[in-house]
Amino acid sequence: MEKDIILKAENISKQYRLGQVGTGTLSHDLNRWWHKVRGKENPYLKVGEANDRAVKGSSDYVWALQDINFEVQRGEVLGIIGKNGAGKSTLLKILSKVTGPTTGSIKSRGRIASLLEVGTGFNGEMTGRENIFLNGAILGMTKKEIASKLDEIIEFSGCERYIDTPVKRYSSGMTVRLAFAVAAFLEPEILVIDEVLAVGDAEFQKKAIGKMQDISKGEGRTVLFVSHNMAAVQNLCTRGIVIKNGKIDFNGNIEDSILHYLNDGADSEDFENWTDRKGNGIVKIKTLSVFGNSEFTLPQVGMPFTIKIKLDNPAKIKNTNIRFDLRLDDNFGQRIAWISDFLKTKEQVDDFNFIEFTIDKLNLNKGKYYITLYMEVDKELSDYIQNAYSFEVIEGDYYNTGNKVPNVQSKILMDFNVCYK
Amino acid sequence: MNHTPNPNDWLFEITPKNKFFTLNLKEVWQYRDLLFLFVKRDVITVYKQTVLGPLWYLIQPLFTSVTFTIIFNNVAGIDTGTVPPFLFNLAGITIWNYFTACLTGTSDTFKTNASIFGKVYFPRIITPLSIVISNLIKFGIQFLIFIVFYILFLFKGANLQISVSLVFFPFLIIIMGLLGLGLGMIISSMVTKYRDLSHLLGFGIQLLMYLSAVMYPMELLKEKLPKFGWIVEYNPLAYVVESTRYMLLNVGEISVLGLLYTLFVTVIIFFFGLLMFNKTEKGFIDTV
Repeated sequence: MEKDIILKAENISKQYRLGQVGTGTLSHDLNRWWHKVRGKENPYLKVGEANDRAVKGSSDYVWALQDINFEVQRGEVLGIIGKNGAGKSTLLKILSKVTGPTTGSIKSRGRIASLLEVGTGFNGEMTGRENIFLNGAILGMTKKEIASKLDEIIEFSGCERYIDTPVKRYSSGMTVRLAFAVAAFLEPEILVIDEVLAVGDAEFQKKAIGKMQDISKGEGRTVLFVSHNMAAVQNLCTRGIVIKNGKIDFNGNIEDSILHYLNDGADSEDFENWTDRKGNGIVKIKTLSVFGNSEFTLPQVGMPFTIKIKLDNPAKIKNTNIRFDLRLDDNFGQRIAWISDFLKTKEQVDDFNFIEFTIDKLNLNKGKYYITLYMEVDKELSDYIQNAYSFEVIEGDYYNTGNKVPNVQSKILMDFNVCYK
Repeated sequence: MNHTPNPNDWLFEITPKNKFFTLNLKEVWQYRDLLFLFVKRDVITVYKQTVLGPLWYLIQPLFTSVTFTIIFNNVAGIDTGTVPPFLFNLAGITIWNYFTACLTGTSDTFKTNASIFGKVYFPRIITPLSIVISNLIKFGIQFLIFIVFYILFLFKGANLQISVSLVFFPFLIIIMGLLGLGLGMIISSMVTKYRDLSHLLGFGIQLLMYLSAVMYPMELLKEKLPKFGWIVEYNPLAYVVESTRYMLLNVGEISVLGLLYTLFVTVIIFFFGLLMFNKTEKGFIDTV
């Protein structure tokens, strides 16, 4: 069977400028212009390095994407997965023409419409019905197309009762439903979706996933889907690509892609040359690694979890003289948890290189967390590294019911019992 | 489906955007419904949750005219000939307002629409175009008020004449719209990099008004300040304002040469604005 390629990306690269656009820009602009006038290459295109947010780069320019090549067949649902900042959203932005690639090209045989975050262009003052038209038009539909589908859209959204009420009075869930409904009834050949399913209640998520399956299977539409929700990705997609540091790390069927992604999770940080720290340095932190089930998996909600720290202890200080604290903050800088080895009874160990904190069933909700490391030797500060490391906890099934705690509600998951009497 | 894929039969291609100038009119036409929905949105939402609602369209020009009449005509004694000073000012302010509304509206296109522009693609030119069109509606309402007062003054026995050249009035409105749009696009493009400009705009418009013959006849300035008269003579806006009054009230003068000059400048500004806008829209999302 001949392949019916609907979308083809060739050598897509995208360069971004980091830092403040301020006083430096005018001179860069002039310099760039001067090179252009003389027919020379843009001097700032040469610098730039791979996109790894953890490593502090030396240059102001960074490649968010580098040499991305892939093909999508008609009717395929392609999952694009990767960590935060890997370049997924940049890729989608290029696909949906919001921004242009720095080099390379994308060829398409169909209209592309995007659903990058929901409610784009919704106007709070206008009613649901008016917003359906406005949002549909922004997404590229004509008034006629929208009018012919209006009833279906309203029905799918489940907002009939409020359809003539200004959207500002809607709950956020209702806004999402309405916005998704508009996009779901779009008729582009290629639909680009980013993180939509993160919102809305379980019932609506089910409905949305079902609708997307219909779109891709029944109607032969091609969907590119970006999400951190591995369950949704596995459910929906037929094929996946994993993006890491701006490059394609894996390209294959969806199960393999997800496995590849999960197994690449364990990251570690080397603190030997780290200068932003306090303390007398009698015992120093050498490396830190955070992982889930095994050394190679990402931390996942409800799964085993380990924080492993390698210490530099030349004076052979005993563990009973050391106190080691771990402080966890969420991405708003809010303290979430505080644990320390002094909370537990210690058995003396004379010679050790590692200190390992383990949690059998990780009760942090999905999201990003920052670790601060604090160590005392004989009640004096030995090493203290603030916001030493950040890690991501991915979605998991803590309660074994498939039901999840919304991560805006709680960062911590608790074991509890309910009974009815 | 009888689809035979041909390796070179692509619907479109996304490539690095480094062409000098691209304006896809066909695409703009495809998105015409969006244009009208934007206009509708602007008109509907501007005065929502205000007590007086669309009356604000009228209050502003009327109060300004009254103020101008008191300050410039009664106190400073600017002579408007046989025409009642209030009408003289109202005519100038109405057309001037259309220009400033277009200019200020379009000048922060990129800033106010950053979130939409960052998420979906549509021809960006739709946004400033919709602002110019929705302001045209606002202008229409304000112009109606002018007509109402015109008739009122006529009944009161004022000596008012309409010039035959009134048939060319729509042409003046188009020039004003294009000038506002062109300048607005230039400023909106520059504001994305140099935010300072948005601070400049507010009082820049104020200053420009004094140079645009809004509250005085052009002739008068040339007579009283012969040394600085040339500034106004080089200002294309002054010709539009002056000609508006000539057409509506038959005062002042109409300079064909001046209008041709205005047209020339307008076309240049408009295309330059289009060019800058075009250039900015390509890289804007990465710099904002």
